[in-house]
Amino acid sequence: MARARHPTEDPTWVKALVLAVVAAFLALVLILPLAAVFAEALRKGLAVAIDAIAHADALAAVKLTLITAAITVPFNVVFGLCAAWAVAKHDFPGKAFLITLIDLPFSVSPVVAGLIYVLVFGLQGWFGEWLLDHDMKVIFAVPGIVLATIFVTFPFVARELIPLMQEQGVSEEEAAISMGASGLYTFWRITTPNVRWGLLYGVLLCNARAMGEFGAVSVVSGHIRGLTNTMPLHVEILYNEYDFVGAFAVAALLCLLAIVTLVLKTALEVAQPAVRRGGH
Amino acid sequence: MTISIRSVQKQFGRYPALNNVDLEIADGELLALLGPSGSGKTTLLRAIAGLEFPDSGQVLFHDNDVTYASAAARRVGFVFQQYALFKHMTVAKNIAFGLDVRKGKDKPPKAEIARRVDELLKLVELDGLGGRYPSQLSGGQRQRVALSRALAVQPSVLLLDEPFGALDATVRKSLRKELRRVHDATGVTTIFVTHDQEEALELADRVAILNKGKIEQIGTPREVHDNPVSAFVCGFVGESSRFTGKVEGGRFVAGGLTLPAPGLADGAAEAFVRPHDFVLADDGVEAKVERVNVQGALVRVDAVLTGGARIEIAASRADADRFVGTVKVAAAKSHVYAA
Ligand SMILES: Nc1ncnc2c1ncn2[C@@H]1O[C@H](COP(=O)(O)OP(=O)(O)OP(=O)(O)O)[C@@H](O)[C@H]1O
Ligand SMILES: [Mg+2]
Repeated sequence: MARARHPTEDPTWVKALVLAVVAAFLALVLILPLAAVFAEALRKGLAVAIDAIAHADALAAVKLTLITAAITVPFNVVFGLCAAWAVAKHDFPGKAFLITLIDLPFSVSPVVAGLIYVLVFGLQGWFGEWLLDHDMKVIFAVPGIVLATIFVTFPFVARELIPLMQEQGVSEEEAAISMGASGLYTFWRITTPNVRWGLLYGVLLCNARAMGEFGAVSVVSGHIRGLTNTMPLHVEILYNEYDFVGAFAVAALLCLLAIVTLVLKTALEVAQPAVRRGGH
Repeated sequence: MTISIRSVQKQFGRYPALNNVDLEIADGELLALLGPSGSGKTTLLRAIAGLEFPDSGQVLFHDNDVTYASAAARRVGFVFQQYALFKHMTVAKNIAFGLDVRKGKDKPPKAEIARRVDELLKLVELDGLGGRYPSQLSGGQRQRVALSRALAVQPSVLLLDEPFGALDATVRKSLRKELRRVHDATGVTTIFVTHDQEEALELADRVAILNKGKIEQIGTPREVHDNPVSAFVCGFVGESSRFTGKVEGGRFVAGGLTLPAPGLADGAAEAFVRPHDFVLADDGVEAKVERVNVQGALVRVDAVLTGGARIEIAASRADADRFVGTVKVAAAKSHVYAA
């Protein structure tokens, strides 16, 4: 006798087929290329790959990438918390407009984002001369790279937190305030702890994008070796110079950073339900 | 603490949620705000708590104008409909919150806070559960935590918004008694919101009935039940059979039924008769018995008057056997209002 099937369960062969399609697709577009990156990087042996990463220009690129992420992520945490708090817990005119504005980087091409900053801060731009007179450099320098990265990443934390805070409503905050807590105390002790998992998740996504951003950064960077190249830009340069092992070695390092991020994210998701049960 | 609400007005958009509300609450009183959904109960409670500011009018605490004082400054205990417990804190931390936020010399020492938390847990019969998180409690237990958290700051007023709304009937009943007990033990002026008239009548010293942002009547449970001032109150508080008809020469007539309506001008009117005010009477109107329901010491009878109106009668169990076929009933007491 055939085992009773759950009413919503499809026959076995259908499941197998669907799974096979998904697996084949993943292998083709995700796993294969990823494996290729590591294979190429290690083609002439581990030592050569490590040499490529230890090259001064490569190290400078790693350093710049880390600096960019180190500035961008905290900025986005502060901005994201403030924006989400304002949008989710308060009513004010122009709220819908603010939400649209936060979404802007998602809909604008990163290249355009880069160009905006060139237009504003570049030599021919609005503040170009003023910056030159004051001996400050934004475009083709670290500040421009950070600005462009902030632009493309700033929806991540805010977008993660807004629905979460909205779902939680304001009654816990009201309870805290009615017991004599100040607004700031309530924000730190009640609002923020309630969204801490969402915040961490947003930070990881933001960090991954900050380290991997190519388009916007490429426009404002100027590609000065050892100075204004981030890891993605450095990979491109090496590749264009036919230094495949070098290119893939740096790319592999970038992949490793992404994988670490993903593992952290998954670990969070596993840990989260235990806390989520804390909801009513 | 006495509380006075004077001509309080609050609009949301163009709709008045509170329309010229006046209310005096005596020190140590347990007052129920009763009304249908959307009548402004929560808005009034929040205006007292300082979580909402009125457009005009005054809120006085013991003769001090606190209309626009912050919630924090008012020292009220507020119990929210959905409890609003802090999910990420233990029960003990939740209860201690109001003491933990204090600064400087206002803040009691740690040991004192712990002692107070234990005392409150005991008061609401939750001893030993201080280490749990809200998610590890039943609905009724959460409600009690919310109550003791509100009491921890030794509030001058305790405000509860539909405190038992989310609980099942048995738990409601026992928590009701508990609230009364806690109120009597602490003597704190208490206002609670409910749309359950049984709850209001059973629990409160006085009941204020709200309708469309206005207070229709305020009085003891007995007063509002026995002498409702308007058709709305009569229909909302207690059970009754309702008739629409007209007043002619001091008498209300509808279908076959005639009721006294002294002092009422001729015109359209509605009348209400409580189930226990219907009595068997030889000179009464005919009613066809449809269903007889025994409820403890009472029988409840559904019947139809010859004129077609449905009525509900409550009688003593001893009379149960008399309700068969067609009976003659009269109203010993009725309430008639011009429509
Ligand atoms: N923040 C708000 N914005 C707009 N309208 C509101 C707001 N709060 C309440 N109202 C409106 O004011 C009226 C009274 O609301 P309130 O919450 O006081 O009713 P309630 O008597 O507590 O009802 P319920 O029994 O359903 O809780 C309702 O019509 C409601 O729609
Ligand atoms: Mg309400």
